[in-house]
Amino acid sequence: MSSASYAIPAPPDSAAPAARGRSKPFRVLPGFGLTLGYTLVYLSLIVLIPLGGVFLKASGLGWESYWNVISAPRMVASYKLSFGASLLAAGINTVFGFLLAWALVRYDFFGKRVVDALVDLPFALPTAVAGIALATVYSPKGWIGSALEPLGIKVAYTPLGVLVALVFIGLPFVVRTVQPILEDLETELEEAAASLGAQRWTTFRLVIFPLLLPAILTGFALSFARAVGEYGSVIFVAGNIPMVSEITPLMIITKLEQFDYRGATAIATVMLIASFILLFAINGLQAWSARRIGRAV
Amino acid sequence: MSIKVENIHKQFGNFVALNNVSLDFPGGELVALLGPSGCGKTTLLRIIAGLERADSGRVLLDGEDASDTHIRERQVGFVFQHYALFRHMSVFDNVAFGLRVKPRKERPSEDVIKRKVKELLELVQLDWLADRFPSQLSGGQRQRIALARALAVEPKVLLLDEPFGALDAKVRKELRRWLRRLHDELHITSIFVTHDQEEAMEVSDRVVLMNHGNVEQIGSPNEVYQSPATPFVYGFLGAVNLFHGRVDGSHVQLGEHAHPHDTTQDGLSHGAEVIAFARPHELQIVTDVSETRGIGATVSRVLSFGASTRVELEGDVHEGVPRHVEVELSREQSASLALATGQRVRVLPAQLRVFPHPHKTDNNKATATRSTAS
Repeated sequence: MSSASYAIPAPPDSAAPAARGRSKPFRVLPGFGLTLGYTLVYLSLIVLIPLGGVFLKASGLGWESYWNVISAPRMVASYKLSFGASLLAAGINTVFGFLLAWALVRYDFFGKRVVDALVDLPFALPTAVAGIALATVYSPKGWIGSALEPLGIKVAYTPLGVLVALVFIGLPFVVRTVQPILEDLETELEEAAASLGAQRWTTFRLVIFPLLLPAILTGFALSFARAVGEYGSVIFVAGNIPMVSEITPLMIITKLEQFDYRGATAIATVMLIASFILLFAINGLQAWSARRIGRAV
Repeated sequence: MSIKVENIHKQFGNFVALNNVSLDFPGGELVALLGPSGCGKTTLLRIIAGLERADSGRVLLDGEDASDTHIRERQVGFVFQHYALFRHMSVFDNVAFGLRVKPRKERPSEDVIKRKVKELLELVQLDWLADRFPSQLSGGQRQRIALARALAVEPKVLLLDEPFGALDAKVRKELRRWLRRLHDELHITSIFVTHDQEEAMEVSDRVVLMNHGNVEQIGSPNEVYQSPATPFVYGFLGAVNLFHGRVDGSHVQLGEHAHPHDTTQDGLSHGAEVIAFARPHELQIVTDVSETRGIGATVSRVLSFGASTRVELEGDVHEGVPRHVEVELSREQSASLALATGQRVRVLPAQLRVFPHPHKTDNNKATATRSTAS
């Protein structure tokens, strides 16, 4: 087929789409002022003022002692564990949560509804219950723990235990963010790719995955945020050994128990800033990938 | 490449989508699969493409059994009603997709791909849109890009599933003509599915009319319109008036009077129950009060825009006579008759096409609904 020589008149609709002009905002829905005002007041009361209070309290410490508190070796070890394990857990949840969502959307199997409901369990379960359950199962005398012990793998009371707990509580996020997007994905896209000669894996890599990426990143961010803030389920299974399996939220509690409120808020500011930066980065990435599909630049 | 389907049967649960369909599509033709929704036309297209499997029967591409060939290897280009463009890719990348996913050995170099995509975009007259994303294009432009994408892999067959179904009337009409011209240039065997009879008649070399999983008639647009093989085809192609009556030799008894019919069809024994069709332009209106033949009716509306005048009438209550009768007159005729709303007239069929009564089957119901709707 040498198509260069064909000259078929263009249908008239090939004219460029008319430039969208920006008109003055005209709102049909009333109540903009009221709802925005309420939103701002509410956000201030519930979020900004308490967070501001944290910084205010911490600032009473003075730079030098602030630095001393937050850079103590035991603290640094807890940051590494908290953020490291959270990132790792969010990563694991992204991979397996995606697989779960895929299986739930794409296939029909016996007990599908039960599996679907089980995914939400980590949401619903009180974290302490989850912690006790995990500690029981993974302790050296528990079902799984006793099976892993001969292999030299200790889960409970180690950083690995922390990771297991964070994976457990973060599971629903990726599944629930990817699932609806995957359901809405037209099968026609895959059929089109197949008719153009693409293998299954190529279709997944070039067509399906890019369209799901924003949802996957959102799930990752949510899972990560939840893991950083998690306390209840972790402390039961972590064993809380200084320098080894102490998470940062636990350090705040420890300070509070010693009536060191300033120290506690100092650590809190570190968590706040680090979480904020990480979420900001992930959201930026997510917005970038969302822009690539659909609303083009 | 020629396409042949043999005894294709497909069932979804209890619903028979295709009932032992056998069809021949000679190479180089543009064939329309026409029928109401649910008639199995899209299912047949998808089976030919390899997107669906028939329960039984064979698909032959160029004489070779392709029933078990994956769509990847069938070398068919498929165009979807809703375009199915990859929205995260630019127009260029969409068209290049089929070339880039070829196995490494067959894959053309990036330079060749670039040239080829440019050619294809020129072919569909949209080369200036190469860097845009699908969301920035109009519906008509999207469908043309989808067509360019399908043509990129040089398919032997082009299959289009309601390609203009999602477009507005004006763009549809333009794209129709454009598709016809494109086909005249490329001569690629093409099948397109549509429920729009005007579209099928205007674009295709041949029309395959389908209903309830069966093929009703195959023929050129002119053939199927001029000599419809079944009541369904008659009712589906254009507006009709439907009468019920009894055969009386070369006449058919409709209401109070007998009218000559022009059917030589066998199997119409004396006294057989029949349905008779007349297109709106095959009916005459007589205003002379002394006329006693024909069907008594009252004028309810006169629509006189365009080249011809349409008259809607209310038929007198008689068994076999429809409540609503539609007559098409030329401007001159309508001027000389000077019809007024509420006027009593008689309607004379100049031509009646008679079919054996299909005995209260679903088929009958569908035909009846269709004829009153059109």
